[in-house]
Amino acid sequence: MTESSKNSLMQNVIVCAAFLNGFVIMTIELLGGRVLSPYFGTSVYVWGSIITIFMLSLSLGYLWGGRLSSRNPSHGMFAAFFGLSALLSLPIIFFAEWTMTQVFLLVEDPRYGSLIAATLLYFLPICFMGMVSPYSIRLLVSSEEHSGRMAGLLYFVSTLGSALGTLLTSFYFVLWFEIDTIMWGSVAVLLLCGAAILIIHKLPVREATGVHRYEN
Amino acid sequence: MKTEKTLHRNINPWRQGLLFSLLALASLFTGLVTAETLHEERSVYRNIFVTEVDGRRCLLFNAVRGERNQTCMNMRNPKEFVFHYARMTMAGLLVNPDPKNILIAGLGGGTLPSALHELYPNAKIEIIEIDQAVVNVAKNFFNFQESANVETHVVDARVFIKRAGLTGRKFDFIVLDAFTGEYIPEHMLTQEFLEEVKQVLTPDGVLISNTFSTSQLYAHESETYRAVFGDFFNLKMSGSGNRVIIAQQKELPSLGTLKANAQPLHETLKPYGVEILEFPGRMGTRPDWDQTKRVLTDQFSPANLLGR
Repeated sequence: MTESSKNSLMQNVIVCAAFLNGFVIMTIELLGGRVLSPYFGTSVYVWGSIITIFMLSLSLGYLWGGRLSSRNPSHGMFAAFFGLSALLSLPIIFFAEWTMTQVFLLVEDPRYGSLIAATLLYFLPICFMGMVSPYSIRLLVSSEEHSGRMAGLLYFVSTLGSALGTLLTSFYFVLWFEIDTIMWGSVAVLLLCGAAILIIHKLPVREATGVHRYEN
Repeated sequence: MKTEKTLHRNINPWRQGLLFSLLALASLFTGLVTAETLHEERSVYRNIFVTEVDGRRCLLFNAVRGERNQTCMNMRNPKEFVFHYARMTMAGLLVNPDPKNILIAGLGGGTLPSALHELYPNAKIEIIEIDQAVVNVAKNFFNFQESANVETHVVDARVFIKRAGLTGRKFDFIVLDAFTGEYIPEHMLTQEFLEEVKQVLTPDGVLISNTFSTSQLYAHESETYRAVFGDFFNLKMSGSGNRVIIAQQKELPSLGTLKANAQPLHETLKPYGVEILEFPGRMGTRPDWDQTKRVLTDQFSPANLLGR
């Protein structure tokens, strides 16, 4: 594989990963309502808590992801975001009930109960998922005049992913699968994204024959 | 017949068409707009409308045509239950004829708690209603009154019942009536929720649940109740899309007991429009649904998708 074909493969994979990242964020957000409802109900403030925490996590993720991207951006670090997002989503599967029971016992007001539970369960994984967006822009942008176009493309695919994630989860996934199964699916998708980036990054590059490269 | 024909012939078809469209327009307006809307209450959830037509006052969650009335009250006879399902709820009294601690999830116009309070003034009645606006409307337009023995809590029913279970509270007459036509609170249909309800139900207590008899959800819901309570009475009436589930922790009473319990209630319940003697014969336990359908759980509860 030549360097340029590897680069273009990597670019495509980054765009796909941004799409899937957007998809998974909204899948997890939508399931959040289901996860919290046995303890805090489905009142409007439960959705308020979930959306607040997701927005807050994403905004901080954007900030930190953007900062990290300015110092030696690397594909390894980018893949690590996906790995950590996946890892930090596991407590939603394994410890949600325990966590919510503790919160339910401590906090009587379901508004603050749901806000605290949503923070404990979703803040970290969603933060890392938020870091993906600015970092992927940095990895895609090769020149200044391209930056706006790349940012536009990234917003486009990740928001499109979010739209589809919302639609498919609410219309079909909850009808076909259990919540934990869908969560496992999300974890698997995140891990696959991370693995794909790492593998492509490690692919050996062959010098293109017949082409001399001049570097100075 | 003959006069009608002549009449028709005399009217110019154009004018007839015009007249017809004017009439249609007028009926559209009276339906859509507010000739009979008494009140509109703003709510965090959905605005609530109080309408009155022909002496019948109703609480609606939706002003769109084809609206479903949540609760209605016959203003000429406010005691009478207007809807079948409200009457059917009283069948719970055949299983527990002397309730002392009553829990009602879903206030509506408050006709049920008002009736139960009249019938059992010494019973403690607690009502869980998620929407403060519904409580306001019930008080201002449906004569619902709180008192020492009638208390409302504005909270999600699942949250209230979970906490009641943790603090060891018990009720001997629990009514679940929290479903509107449009949206089903999915967390209140699951096996886990019913286990929590069971926990706050006394051994002799009765659970009365007003649900739907149509759509796929019927089988799923029935299987879920059976998983938690075993056999239950399934009460249906012709002319009503609702069915009422009546369940108990211990074994259900026999038909003989139901009939015996119905006798003394007959006269008392008559003013409410409840023909209690009709109920025992209709309270069957035989499953009339697809028993292979999956039990609904907190992990799997697409009730709104199944209920379409």
